[in-house]
Amino acid sequence: MTTLAILGVLSSALFSGTSLLYATLGEIIGQRSGVINLGLEGTLLVSAASGFAVTSITGNPYLGTLVAVIAGGLTNMILGYLVIERGANQLASGLALMFFGYGLSAMIGKAYVGAKIEGLPRIALPGISNLPTLYSSLLSFDILVYLAVPVAILVWWMLFRTRWGLGLRATGENTDAAFSSGRNPKRIRYQSLFIGGLLAGLGAAHLSIAYTMTWAEHMTAGRGFIAIALVIFSRWNPLQAIGGALIFSGAVAFQLLLQSSGVQVSPLLLDTIPYVITLLVLIAMGGTRKQSTPAMLGRVFSGSE
Amino acid sequence: MQNSNASKTTGEPSVSLRGITKSFPGVAANDHIDLDIYGGEIHALLGENGAGKSVLMKILYGFYHADAGEILLDGKPVSIQSPHDARNLHIGMVFQGLNMIPVLNVWENIALFLPDLKPMLDYKRIEHRITEMSERYNLKVHPHKRVSEISIGEQQKVEILKLLLSDARVLILDEPTDVLAPHEVEAFFGVLDSLRKDGYAIILITHKMKDVLECADRISVLRGGRLAGTMLRDEATEEKLISLMFEKEVPGLKTKPGESRDKGAEPLLELRDVATGTQGAGSCLKNVNLKIYPGEIVGVAGVSGNGQKELCDVILGMEPSTGGKKLLYGKDLTNASIGTMRKNKVAFIPEHPMSMATVPFMTVLENMSLTKTKRYARRGGFSVDWEAVEADVEETKERLELPPVPLYRLAKTLSGGNLQRMVITREMVDNPELIIASYFTRGLDVQSTIAARQALVKAREGGAAVLLVSEDFDELFTISDRMVVLFGGEIVGEFKPEDTNIYEIGYLMTGSEVRHDTEN
Amino acid sequence: MIRKTEKNTLLQSETLRDTVVRYVLMILMVIVFFGLILLIYGINPIQSYKDIFSSTLGSAYGFSEVVVAMIPMLITALAVAIPWQVGLINVGGEGQLYIGAAFATWGALTFSSLPAYILLPLMIVLGMLGGALWSFIPAYMKAIGLVNETITALLLNSVAPKLVGFLIFGYWHSAMDTVKTANFVSAARLPTFFGTRIHLGLIIALVLLICFWFVMKYTRWGLEMRSIGGNSHAALRNGLPVKAYLIIVACIGGAIGGLAGMTQVSGFYGVLVNNFSTGTGFMGFLICWLAGGKPLGILLMSFVVAVITAGGNMLQLTQDLPYAVINILLAFTLFIVLARPSFFGRNKA
Repeated sequence: MTTLAILGVLSSALFSGTSLLYATLGEIIGQRSGVINLGLEGTLLVSAASGFAVTSITGNPYLGTLVAVIAGGLTNMILGYLVIERGANQLASGLALMFFGYGLSAMIGKAYVGAKIEGLPRIALPGISNLPTLYSSLLSFDILVYLAVPVAILVWWMLFRTRWGLGLRATGENTDAAFSSGRNPKRIRYQSLFIGGLLAGLGAAHLSIAYTMTWAEHMTAGRGFIAIALVIFSRWNPLQAIGGALIFSGAVAFQLLLQSSGVQVSPLLLDTIPYVITLLVLIAMGGTRKQSTPAMLGRVFSGSE
Repeated sequence: MQNSNASKTTGEPSVSLRGITKSFPGVAANDHIDLDIYGGEIHALLGENGAGKSVLMKILYGFYHADAGEILLDGKPVSIQSPHDARNLHIGMVFQGLNMIPVLNVWENIALFLPDLKPMLDYKRIEHRITEMSERYNLKVHPHKRVSEISIGEQQKVEILKLLLSDARVLILDEPTDVLAPHEVEAFFGVLDSLRKDGYAIILITHKMKDVLECADRISVLRGGRLAGTMLRDEATEEKLISLMFEKEVPGLKTKPGESRDKGAEPLLELRDVATGTQGAGSCLKNVNLKIYPGEIVGVAGVSGNGQKELCDVILGMEPSTGGKKLLYGKDLTNASIGTMRKNKVAFIPEHPMSMATVPFMTVLENMSLTKTKRYARRGGFSVDWEAVEADVEETKERLELPPVPLYRLAKTLSGGNLQRMVITREMVDNPELIIASYFTRGLDVQSTIAARQALVKAREGGAAVLLVSEDFDELFTISDRMVVLFGGEIVGEFKPEDTNIYEIGYLMTGSEVRHDTEN
Repeated sequence: MIRKTEKNTLLQSETLRDTVVRYVLMILMVIVFFGLILLIYGINPIQSYKDIFSSTLGSAYGFSEVVVAMIPMLITALAVAIPWQVGLINVGGEGQLYIGAAFATWGALTFSSLPAYILLPLMIVLGMLGGALWSFIPAYMKAIGLVNETITALLLNSVAPKLVGFLIFGYWHSAMDTVKTANFVSAARLPTFFGTRIHLGLIIALVLLICFWFVMKYTRWGLEMRSIGGNSHAALRNGLPVKAYLIIVACIGGAIGGLAGMTQVSGFYGVLVNNFSTGTGFMGFLICWLAGGKPLGILLMSFVVAVITAGGNMLQLTQDLPYAVINILLAFTLFIVLARPSFFGRNKA
C-alpha cells in the first residue's frame, strides 16, 4: 500500500466524512432536546439542491452555502411544527419529511442536473503546498473540511458549557424538570431543530458545492439515516461524533480502495461494511446505550395543566 | 433534637393564605383554607391522603391556580401563576419523589435552577457557591458526580441546595422523609433546625406523627379539604392530632357484613417474608407475612405510598419479588406471570380503571372479555363468542346484584363510576377465588360504592378471599373481617375491626409506635 | 336487550360516517394540491386531470396498469398496518421487501424444475421467511434491550439492497447481465390475468386484506392484539403475554413485507434486478398512515396513490412535469393527516 494510496484514502475519508459530521452534529442537537428527525435525509437533499442551484445561478459558492444552511433550518422547522405544535408521531412525521425532501429537492434541482459550478475553493495549508502537486492536491481541502472539527468542538461547548445547552439537555432528559425550572421546552425544541437544520444544511452544502460539485436526485444516498445511526454510535456526544464520522467514511474510503486494487470481494458486499460495522458497534455498546439516550426522545410534551 | 419555641412569631407572617379554594372535577380539594406561615419556623402540614395538603402547597408554588382566595407575602397580596412566579417570590418546593435529572451532574442539576445563571457556565464559581451553602447547613454533596450515582439521601440534599441557592426563603418540602433511611432522618432534622435558625420559613408536608412531634414548631391539620385545626407544638399531643386528622371517632356500621365464613384450615394466599424492590424507599415491601383465608375480607389500611401498590402488584405478578415466597393454595407461585395468576382465579380491581384496566376505544362488551379471552374463544380462536360474554356478564350481575352496564358504548364515553362498575363486573365473572381490590371505590358515587362493596361481600359469602386496600375507614371497618396496617412497606398491626378503632389505626398509619388504649 | 343487528348498525354507522368524511376530504385535498402544483408549472390542471382520467381509468389497459402498481402498495401497507395494531411502527419495509425477494429468487433459481403449483407456494413461504427474518433482528435486539428497533430497521433497510446486489452480482447473475438474474422460468412466475400485467399478487393481497380485517374484527387474537395496541399496560394487567405478542407480530409484519418482495419479483418483474424497489416500502408506510391503518382505507388509498403515481408518470412524459412532485404531493397529504386538524374527525393514536 503506497503512501499515495493511504493519502488517497485519508483524503477521500475527510471529504466524504465532512458532510456526515455536520449532519450528525445537527441531529445530536435535535435529539438531545428530545426530537428525532427521521427525515434528515429530506433536509439534506433540499439544502443540497437549493445551495447548488443558487451557486449555479450566481456563480458564488459562498452564497450557495448560505442558502443551503438556511434551507436546512427551515426544512427542519416543518418537522418542528408537526411534532412540537401538533404532537404528531415523530417517526411518521420524519418519514413524511423524507418524502417531501425527495420531491422538493428534485424539483429545485431539476434544471441544474449536470450543471458545472465553481465550488468552494480548495486550499492547501502552508507546508503542504510545498509538496509535489500529486500530494498537495490530495491534501487540499475546502474551508468546510477545515472547519468541521472546530464546529464539532463548538457544538460540544454549546451543549455542555452554556446555559442554553444545559436547558436543552434538561429538556431532552426530563422535560417536566426543565419546565419547572422556568424554561419553555417547546421553544427550546424549536431552537434545537432549527440550529440542527442549519448544521445539516452546512453538511449538505459541502456535499453538493464543495465535494462532488454536482447535483443528482437522491445524491445524499442515505447519509441522513447514517447520521442518525452515528448519533447513537457517538452516544450523543459531538466529540465522539468526529470519531464516528471518520470511522464510517474511512470504512467507505477503504472499501473503495480495496475495490480498485482488485481485491476479490464484491464491491456491493464491501458497501455494506459501514452499515454492518455501525450495527455491530451499536450492539456492542448495547446496555450502555440506555444510559446515554436522552430520556425524553420521541415523547410528546404537553405543557402545564 | 430540641424543639425550640423561639420562633420569630412576633410580627407578620411571611406567607398568608386566605380562603384558598380549589376543586377538581368531582372533588373539593381545598375548601376556604386560611393558613399563616412564619419565618424562622418549621410548620408541619399534617393530614391523610386526599386531605388537600399537596394541592394547597402546589397552589402556593404556582403549579395549580386556586379557584378562589388570595396569597399574601409579607402582608402584600401577590399573584402566583406559575412556578416561575413562585421562584421569583423566593418560594421553593421539593416534590415528593424528587425532580432530578439522573444523567446530569449534581452541579448541573443545581445550575439548572439557579435564577442568575450566566450564559457561559462557570463551573468553578457554581461549585464554590454549592460548597459554601452546603457547609453552612451541613448538606454535603459531591458536585461532580452524576445524580444517578448518589444515594437518595444525597439527592434530597441536592434538592434542598437547589432551593437555597435560588434564594428561596420559604421552603416547601413534600413528604421529605419518605425516601430517607432512619439515620438520615436524624441528620435531616438537624439541617432543618439550622435553616430555621437562619430565618427560613419551612413547610413540611407529612403524614408521619413522629416527624411532626420531633421537629415542628407549629402544626396545621387538614382533613377533607378543610383546615381542621392549628396549634403550636407545645399544645400538641398525639391524641389531639389524630382526632383532628380522622373524621369520626367510631365508624357507623352501615351494612352489617353478616357472619364470617368458617375459615378453612388452609390459607388461600400466603405471603412469606416477601420483599420487593431495592430496599430503602419507603414503599418497598420488607418482610411481609400475610395469610388470607377463603371466605374472608382482609382490609389493608395505611397512607398510600407505604407499599400498597407493591403489595397488590406482587400478588398479581406484576412486580417481581426480591425475596420470600408467594403461595396460592400451598402452590409456590412466586414470580409467576400475571397470566398464570389469573388462570388460578385471581382477579384484580384497580383504582384507575381507564388507564389500568380498560381499552378506551373498545366497547364495554369487548372490554368485558379481555381477562378471559381463552374462555370465550371458539373454533380454535377464530371467533369470539360474544353471547357467552354477555351471558357471563348477566350471570355475574345477578349473582352480585350489580347494576347493569351499557354493553355497546365505547369505554371512553363512560364516567369513572360506570367504568369501575364495568371492571368490577368483569373481574367477578366465573367466581374468582382471590380478589385484589385496590382503592376500588375511589371516585364512585354513593350508589355505585354501596353496590361495589356489596359485590365484595357477596363474593366472600361465596367463599372467595378478598384483599381490600383502601383509605376509606367506612369501607375498611364495615366490610373487613380482619384489618392490617401498612407503614413503610411493613405490616405494623393486625386487628379485627370490632377490637379496634380509628385512633389506633391512625397511630399505626402515621408510624407512631405508641399504642393507646381508648375508651369506646 | 338490543337485537344484534340493531346494535351493530348503531356502532357501524357512527364510524362509517367518520371514515367516509375523512377519505373524501383527503381525496379532495389531493386533487386541489395537485391542481395547485400543476398551475405553478404553468400546466392546465383541468386538462391534466382529463388526461390522467382517460389514461388511467378511462381505458381498460390504463386501469389494469393502475391495479398492477397498486399490488405492492397494498401489501407493504399491510406490512405496516398489522404491527400497528399492537402499537409497533414498522419502518423496515424496504429491507423486508428486498430480502423477501431475494429468498424467493433463490427458490426460483434453485428449484426451477418444479411445477408451478409447488414452486409458487414455496416461493411465497421463502419470501415470508426472508421478510420475517429481517424484522426479527430489530425486534429481538429491542427485546433484549440492546438497540432501538427503529434505527436497526433503518440500517437494515440500507444493507438489504446491497446484500441483494451482492447476491446477484456474485452468484445469481445471468450470463449477459451482471445486474440482474436470469429471467424466471414460467413456473416461478405468478400467473397474470386477461392479458394484462395484473398478476396473482392481487388475489394474494386482497386475500390478506380480508384476512387482516377478519382476524382483527372477529378472532380472539385480533381482540388481544387490539387490546395491546389500545392500552398495553391494561393488557399486561389483564394477563396477556404482551412481550410475546410484540415479537411475533413484528415478525408477521416483516413476513408480509417479504411477501411483497416476492410478488414483485415473481409477478411483476419475473427477474431479480438490482435496486428494483422505488421506495415501495416507504410508500406502504405512507398509505397505511393515510388510511389510519384500516383495511378498507388501505384499499382505497392504495388505489388513489396508484392513480396519482400513474398520472405522475404520464405527465412526466407528456408535460415534462418532474415526477418528484408526486412525492411532494403525497408527503404534503401525510403532513396534513399528521397535523390532525379538527375537521378530520378523530384519528387513531
